[in-house]
Amino acid sequence: MADAALFEFLHTEMVAELWAQDPDPGPGVSAGPRGEGGRAAGQKMSLSVLEGMGFRVGQALGERLPRETLAFREELDVLKFLCKDVWAAVFQKQMDSLRTNHQGTYVLQDHSFPLLIRMASGLQYLEEVPKFLAFTCGLLRGTLSTLGIKSLVTASVAALPACKFQVVIQRS
Amino acid sequence: MSRQANRGTESKKMSSELFTLTYGALVTQLCRDYENDEDVNKQLDKMGYNIGVRLIEDFLARSNVGRCHDFRETADVIAKVAFKMYLGITPSITNWSPAGDEFSLILENNPLVDFVELPDNHSSLIYSNLLCGVLRGALEMIRKLRYTANA
Repeated sequence: MADAALFEFLHTEMVAELWAQDPDPGPGVSAGPRGEGGRAAGQKMSLSVLEGMGFRVGQALGERLPRETLAFREELDVLKFLCKDVWAAVFQKQMDSLRTNHQGTYVLQDHSFPLLIRMASGLQYLEEVPKFLAFTCGLLRGTLSTLGIKSLVTASVAALPACKFQVVIQRS
Repeated sequence: MSRQANRGTESKKMSSELFTLTYGALVTQLCRDYENDEDVNKQLDKMGYNIGVRLIEDFLARSNVGRCHDFRETADVIAKVAFKMYLGITPSITNWSPAGDEFSLILENNPLVDFVELPDNHSSLIYSNLLCGVLRGALEMIRKLRYTANA
């Protein structure tokens, strides 16, 4: 049984590693083709790689759930399951709040997101935060996918370590 | 009552699988990013090293082991305390060199490779190489910590 701390260590290193692969000098340094446009492209690529990895892991996690958990009566039950059981399994705590407009948009709030706790509290490092959320957004999207729900998941942070995940159900 | 208990074990299992699955996703991604197995191995070692230098502090804080007096003790702590704590397994220690400065750890049940199948075209891939890096980083760090404590 792998210890929970291992995932945190691995996640932190993955963020550092996948980010470092884009050798960008930083904003405003070059006026050439690798200027602002280049940085944005590099950022997107790393975020989507992390999100994609999270998605695959979320899918696999979803597939390993016992049969009876997969028989949900309605969409809200699935989201509740995500907030309680899945979040507890992954982060050893439950999501602090779940809100919905009953029209396919859900906002999941964690007042103390474990992957952000070690960083700082308040407004410092706000710019760095998206990289630390991408994998988890993918994970939520992946688990939902296995449970039969197509979605878009984004995250936002007003002040560390509190974090909001927005799940928008995609109806085909 | 029993439903609560089931939930608990389910949670623990998922939590453990999270690391294994994430590691698998990472290796998969690295195999895409780098063209050959050797580079992936190096990358895993490097990442493991970075993890190891931080993990050692977590280990010292949680395990309460005292200083090791020789390398044999170190081997014991690694196998019986550290591996047990982090991966839930106790590898066996074998293959001591005559000088006593080298040994092997044999992992009978490596949780990292649960659900993993290597395709044929990755015969040089050392799938669990992250562990080597972790050990290297942690041990290097602990030597430094010891020197600092002595000073």
